[in-house]
Amino acid sequence: MSQPFSATLRIAVLFGKVGPALLSVGTLVLAWELYARLSGISPTTLPAPSRVLAQAIQQRQALFDNTVPTISATLAGFACSLAVAFILSVLIDFFNPLRRALFPVFIISQTLPLVAIAPLVVLWFGFGLTPKIMLVALVTFFPMLVALVQGYESTDRDISALLNSMGASRMRIFRLARLPSSLPYFFAGLRISITYAVVGAIFAEYAGAAKGLGIYMLNAKNNFRPDLVLAAVLVSALLTLALFAATVLIQRVVMPWERLDGARKS
Amino acid sequence: MSRRLELRQVSKRFGDIDVLAGITLHVEPGEFVSILGPSGAGKSTIFSLLTGGLEGHGGDVDFDGRPLADTRRPFAFMPQHDALMPWRTVIDNTALGLEVQGMSRKAARGKVAPLFGEFGLAGFEQKYPAQLSGGMRQRAALLRTVVQDRAMLLLDEPFGALDALTRTGMQRWLQTMWDRHRWTVLLITHDVREAVFLSDRVYVLSRRPASVLREIAIPLPRPRKDLASPEASAIEADILNTLLDPQPAERT
Repeated sequence: MSQPFSATLRIAVLFGKVGPALLSVGTLVLAWELYARLSGISPTTLPAPSRVLAQAIQQRQALFDNTVPTISATLAGFACSLAVAFILSVLIDFFNPLRRALFPVFIISQTLPLVAIAPLVVLWFGFGLTPKIMLVALVTFFPMLVALVQGYESTDRDISALLNSMGASRMRIFRLARLPSSLPYFFAGLRISITYAVVGAIFAEYAGAAKGLGIYMLNAKNNFRPDLVLAAVLVSALLTLALFAATVLIQRVVMPWERLDGARKS
Repeated sequence: MSRRLELRQVSKRFGDIDVLAGITLHVEPGEFVSILGPSGAGKSTIFSLLTGGLEGHGGDVDFDGRPLADTRRPFAFMPQHDALMPWRTVIDNTALGLEVQGMSRKAARGKVAPLFGEFGLAGFEQKYPAQLSGGMRQRAALLRTVVQDRAMLLLDEPFGALDALTRTGMQRWLQTMWDRHRWTVLLITHDVREAVFLSDRVYVLSRRPASVLREIAIPLPRPRKDLASPEASAIEADILNTLLDPQPAERT
């Protein structure tokens, strides 16, 4: 196979992967644009996507200034959540009754409506970073904990028996087998949680903040500027996509064997 | 010289199910012994008892003349599926037992690396298990087992998951390797031909609750080249009759 042909082929394969997504998003945006222009609806009710984009570019400084706090709240909250989820997952793995004691509490924590909790947390902890971190942690902690605990339990029984026969301690088995076995589950949980994390941060800001995409959206709405609300939505969507892509990239670096596995199966 | 391994009237219950009902068998040093039995007969339970995966059983287990409980892990165990860790390279998988024994990863690699040629794995040191064929995975698993330098190998249906052709190739290869190294081996299998081809002696187990139906010596000369010599076929037919139609009269 000649080199240029394989390059063309690679582009074709790439388009085959992202093409359908581009097409569906493109169709939606186009339909929206046409409806906004042709139906005569007021731009203060439903602005066309072109107007949203133009406003986003015009307001890029303000948007940027409000995105930075959202990113820090998301990452700080997510880091706390990850650390606590990891420590608890290890404790639960070594001491199973803990699971029965704690899981009901965490499941209840997942039923709390953010609408009610967010303003309360802001009321208790002020307008600073703390309530945002707490809300991001609240929405991401449980999925991460469940992913990790399930990941440990997915360890191949033959591998455990093998390490046992070698005289490995419980701690050693955890480090050599259970922890690496949990990686696929961990990354699946990470991809789900990271999308929740951004929403959680924006919600916390919506309930009260000095700066951030959440408070920016609230102010824009109060000023009858749906175009700016949607511009902030666009930024938050891009932010989520970027974080999602980052988790995929990290997984590829951390788990190089997984791609081999996939390549063999497909 | 005392026997390497001796089980006397070993029994095991799970709840109210009898799995092992008085297993008596022994293995001499340098001997290749197989346990042959129907699926689900509790063959693997014997290995779990030996490797410390299960607590509590009836009867006695002696190793080199002393109760097994007084010895320090004399077995290197190869589980049914290769149990290679997908996240470790082949060389780090084969060095796993040495690492658990406390050797540094570097020293462990240094010890296994020279053996890759003999095990037909040369050039695959840095690959991941997913990149190996089924036969290569089993050879890597066996390398991981023997490199631990234990007094005895426990092999649990090592070729059970392979296709027929690869399995035959692996059986020949294992026979050659055994001739060279003369490990003390206890092999679990439900493949009659494999047991006859590889073993010095075969214990035939009954259905659950398992007991020893027969002990059969395989006096075929070594090295064995042919899996289906007439003498081997006669022994195979005899064993198959015992397994498929276990008449009480045949319990000798």
